[in-house]
Amino acid sequence: MGSGAESLPVKLDGRRRGVSRDAVFFLVMGGLSASFVVLIVLLLLADVSFTSPAAFAAALRKPEILAAFRLTMLTCTLAAVLSVWVATPLGYLLSRFRFPGSRLVDVIVDIPIVLPPLVLGLSLLILFHQPFPLTGVFGAGWKLEDWLEEFAGFPVTYRWPAVVLAQFAVSCAFAVRTMRVTFDQINPRAEDVARTLGCTRGQAFLQVALPQAWRGILTAGTISWARALGEFGPILVFAGATRFRTEVLSTSVFLELSVGQLDAAVAVSLMMVLMAVAVLLFLRWLGAGMST
Amino acid sequence: MIELRDVTVRSGDYCLEGISFQVQAGAYAVLMGRTGIGKTTLLEAICGLRRLVGGCVLLGGVDVSTWAPGDRRIGYMPQDLALFPTMTVQQHLEFALRLQRATSSVVAARVAELAGLLEIEHLLQRGVRGLSGGEAQRVALGRALAARPALLLLDEPISALDADTRRTARQMLKNLNRQTGVTVLHVTHDQEDAELLGDVCLQLERTSAGRVQVQSSGVGL
Repeated sequence: MGSGAESLPVKLDGRRRGVSRDAVFFLVMGGLSASFVVLIVLLLLADVSFTSPAAFAAALRKPEILAAFRLTMLTCTLAAVLSVWVATPLGYLLSRFRFPGSRLVDVIVDIPIVLPPLVLGLSLLILFHQPFPLTGVFGAGWKLEDWLEEFAGFPVTYRWPAVVLAQFAVSCAFAVRTMRVTFDQINPRAEDVARTLGCTRGQAFLQVALPQAWRGILTAGTISWARALGEFGPILVFAGATRFRTEVLSTSVFLELSVGQLDAAVAVSLMMVLMAVAVLLFLRWLGAGMST
Repeated sequence: MIELRDVTVRSGDYCLEGISFQVQAGAYAVLMGRTGIGKTTLLEAICGLRRLVGGCVLLGGVDVSTWAPGDRRIGYMPQDLALFPTMTVQQHLEFALRLQRATSSVVAARVAELAGLLEIEHLLQRGVRGLSGGEAQRVALGRALAARPALLLLDEPISALDADTRRTARQMLKNLNRQTGVTVLHVTHDQEDAELLGDVCLQLERTSAGRVQVQSSGVGL
């Protein structure tokens, strides 16, 4: 008993010191975390305070902004659908198989994520306008853009398909990452069992793996859509920023700024913030569903 | 009857070499061996999920080594059961039959038969997420048996169950073997499983030379 009574104050003292150590921990961690959160909140508040609801509504009624909004919705949706269409098989292959060059493919898929946006746009421009030495097939100096325009009747550069392609080039990389992680989390043995029951690999993918991946597919689509919404550099270089033709919301901000229309630029920015928040909320909802 | 002749199979850096044994049709064989010795690898090779480096697998005297997994008439129940999370219990029982394009009446009759045999009639419309260990095990067993396989491969099917459920499950497995006549190859660590279930015990052992070989002991252990 005696020793217990003597040791009690020491224990309490130790606890008190532990509490004070925890306080320092939370102060440091919380302070550093808050600095970023506060920065984002201040940015949004600054945008909101810069404009009035009337100015916001007036800017958004401008025909060129409405056209840009419509084109943004169209191109982002097309880019997201294309991204999921490509990312689902690619993510599955990278998740399930080790084939010659699979590591290289893994690295190549990530290139658009790390490439400077302007470089990506420039690369797309070069790809479509560089003469290729395909003498035997198409003749010397064959260009992809010329071929698309003359033979397929579908010119791309500086037109809306270029917007979709520029958005797709980046957003697909994010979709592939998402789909790979999705399939990594799905038990491959279920597909093995399906094969012993008579499935081909294709049937096992379609009937067993794909139905389990639906939340991942939705997430990949949403992330791709959000990424496409924020795309600017490659669109500017590859599609240009022509009003009523290739102008999307991200380029609207740039165009409005360049002609000194700060109110309109801020209004479009706020509109994009609202769209981004909606996407984030949808993603959170998906994430909550996945965890349950 | 199942027969393995000099089967060599690789799993990463690990290699099982020259594995040979045979199990008579309708017998209940128990495959034992230390953890990591390659029991699951061997099952995967038998059902065609792993390519053989050498040797052959014969089912009913026919070499099926190059056949697709679904053509071998083997039911496989992995250790983690690998149920299909998006399907109901009934869809699990129907799965193999639908792939064979069986008629609706044949499918319905077989599902009813299996559900009765495995005592899972009350679970048919349920998804598999909320099933207990014993229920999930019976669903996996039903899925594997639906297409009337000639051979049933069970990878530690009852190791994760509690003692009571385990006792019931053992009885059920033995009854299934007797009633359906399906040949069973059951991987286990549990000596009691081997003693109570096995007509034949196959022991995977590492020799002093470092090779893995199969020791077979007779009927009734």
